[in-house]
Amino acid sequence: MGILTFKGGVHPYDGKELSKNSPVVKYLPKGDMVYPLSQHIGAPAAPAVQKGDHVLAGQKIADAAGFVSSPIHASVSGTVKGIEPRLTATGSMVNSIIIENDQQYESVEFTPARLEDLSKEEILARIKEGGVVGMGGAGFPTQVKLAPKEPEKIDHILVNGAECEPYLTSDYRRMLDDSEKLIEGLRVMLKLFDNAKGYICIEDNKPDCIAKLKEMVKDIPRIEVAELMTKYPQGGERFLIKAVTDREINSSMLPADAGCVVDNVDTVIAVYEAVILGKPVMDRIVTVTGQGIKNPQNFDVLSGTDMAELIEAAGGLTDNVSKVISGGPMMGFAMYDTHVPCIKTSSACLCLEKDDVADAQQTACINCGRCVGVCPGHVIPARLATFAEHGDMESFQKFDGMECCECGCCSYICPAKRPLTQMIKSMRKMVLASRKKK
Amino acid sequence: MDQMLHVSSNPHVRDKMTTSKIMQLVVLALLPTTLFGIYNFGLRALLVVVITVASSVFFEWIYDKLMHKKNTITDFSAVVTGLLLALNMPASIPLWMPVLGSAFAIIVVKQLFGGLGQNFMNPALAGRCFLMISFAGKMTDFAVSDSFRGVVDTVSGATPLAALKQNGFTDSSVSVLHMFIGDIQGTIGETSALAILIGAAILLVFKVIDLKIPLTYIGSFAVFVILYMLGTGKGFDVNYLFSHIFGGGLMLGAWFMATDYVTTPITPRGQYVYGVCLGVLTAVFRLFGGSAEGVSYAIIFCNLLVPMIERVTRHPAFGKGGKKA
Repeated sequence: MGILTFKGGVHPYDGKELSKNSPVVKYLPKGDMVYPLSQHIGAPAAPAVQKGDHVLAGQKIADAAGFVSSPIHASVSGTVKGIEPRLTATGSMVNSIIIENDQQYESVEFTPARLEDLSKEEILARIKEGGVVGMGGAGFPTQVKLAPKEPEKIDHILVNGAECEPYLTSDYRRMLDDSEKLIEGLRVMLKLFDNAKGYICIEDNKPDCIAKLKEMVKDIPRIEVAELMTKYPQGGERFLIKAVTDREINSSMLPADAGCVVDNVDTVIAVYEAVILGKPVMDRIVTVTGQGIKNPQNFDVLSGTDMAELIEAAGGLTDNVSKVISGGPMMGFAMYDTHVPCIKTSSACLCLEKDDVADAQQTACINCGRCVGVCPGHVIPARLATFAEHGDMESFQKFDGMECCECGCCSYICPAKRPLTQMIKSMRKMVLASRKKK
Repeated sequence: MDQMLHVSSNPHVRDKMTTSKIMQLVVLALLPTTLFGIYNFGLRALLVVVITVASSVFFEWIYDKLMHKKNTITDFSAVVTGLLLALNMPASIPLWMPVLGSAFAIIVVKQLFGGLGQNFMNPALAGRCFLMISFAGKMTDFAVSDSFRGVVDTVSGATPLAALKQNGFTDSSVSVLHMFIGDIQGTIGETSALAILIGAAILLVFKVIDLKIPLTYIGSFAVFVILYMLGTGKGFDVNYLFSHIFGGGLMLGAWFMATDYVTTPITPRGQYVYGVCLGVLTAVFRLFGGSAEGVSYAIIFCNLLVPMIERVTRHPAFGKGGKKA
């Protein structure tokens, strides 16, 4: 198949060596657990418990409240202290269930199943009940993604193991440490799509994962490993599809329109656990890393754990830390307070000593075209940013501003240090808001 | 929590390249041809370079100062403008002319339109054209001075390109090799194709420019010249072709001025179109025009076409081009 890729993209310092070789440590939380009701795209979950209720680990504490929604499960045993708005990593207050951890870790009993005995409908039901959402960051409910209108037209299932965000190593550890679960999860998904072939897509900066998985899948029909060029945003859904299948979809199309289903490594493993073990999403791997943390490492973290506890467990922040980010440096959210819960989509806590953004001196655009060269969405970020500055919604849309995927490549590369992504993002929000009004 | 944390929109990392570094790289890339010019024309050329650069930076500084704007001389763009203007003048020019040219380039062409990034014409070339129109005699006076080390055109004492224009193509007394090395008459920075190519290599290695504009420019120019030779029934003459490519301002223009970011299309397709427009116009000006030269006028004319070229060459967004799925 050769090394696959797309046109555009950037090569930031990758920083993965800080944490890639540290084994995953199981972290047991000390403080209260916080479960935001919105850990996914779609309707927030509806609480199924009340203040004072005793809950067990694995117990459903909130129900899916709509078609595009997902249930939430407790990850510890304890008592519900209340349901109230709490700060989340994105900076917004989200209604959350608070549980006082009794440190007993009493668990509900999970009902395992054999793949051969399950029908397609049963598989989808178990995925939904397991609260599985896209754990790469978007948090799209997986059972919705796996039930497209015409499942027979799906011919590619892409397991997204690109992990193109610098510093992040959670998917890397997952692919090396839980390879069997990953392949089993993919087999579950293949059972839903009779005409599909599964591709485990990995960037070529992870040759050990590629070698290991290639060896493991060599005798398994319908599963292959696809090697991708190491380049950000190779793991972006649309660019992953382009790299592997050479099909292009625009922002208003779904992967299914290109015959694809794309799911992150962690999601596929969650599918395995939900369908075969009957275990809902209760934990995930979180990379705590960066120059601003004393001992960068990977933790296996129970959902709801306070991120500040992970920072302490990793030796604490250094004296010169300037920025703490939930997620990677390209698309993550900078946090002003580290007391936020780890949720299903929390892949990393990145602590930086040097804040490039604060250091940057913004100058005039010199029309150099670097943003055009790196834009994977093939738009003209410099022009869109100017339209955004002028509040010119019409030109912004005419120049395909709504096709921007907000990957951040243009801001990264801009020699004039203009916050292009930020300007385009705000304008996109304004356009969406004005469309809603109509 | 005892530390105050920074909060900003993503992305949180930035590339190391800055506008100022780009401009410094351009200055570095212009050094080979500047040094060759000084070697070729003597210390008088150095004097012209120093005065032009210094006056450009001065006008940038004084304009910012008088208009109460942020000082922009640290971005090095005024140095680049001054240096390019100097390289476009003969070494024997009266020394007040570079100062006037700098003032026109920096204040009229660049600052009055909003400063760096806003000028619609290449400031250095606009400055040169302003001087050419106003003082054609001095700007094209390539009188041989004592310090000139190059070979002299025995026919006319003019630049090889001017000789070519006067005498037609079979009779050029300066060989293509000399034109490539550059020990001939001309402006300070245009004579040595070799030194310019070394500078171009620096720009390419540091990814300041790519090949799109220079190659389409020189390529389409060459094609037009070949068609002209064949069309006028004079037959294909390698010597004539290369005299045109290495002679005059074509190399300096194609690698250093047609690639000026501000005044070129931002779209990749537009850059090809722009290159072809430049090649054709330069050939037309040189072969059919009154002057032997055509590069400066071709570039500033094409600068004016840029907004139009950009409009018609915008590429489709990802997933929107070609066949609809």
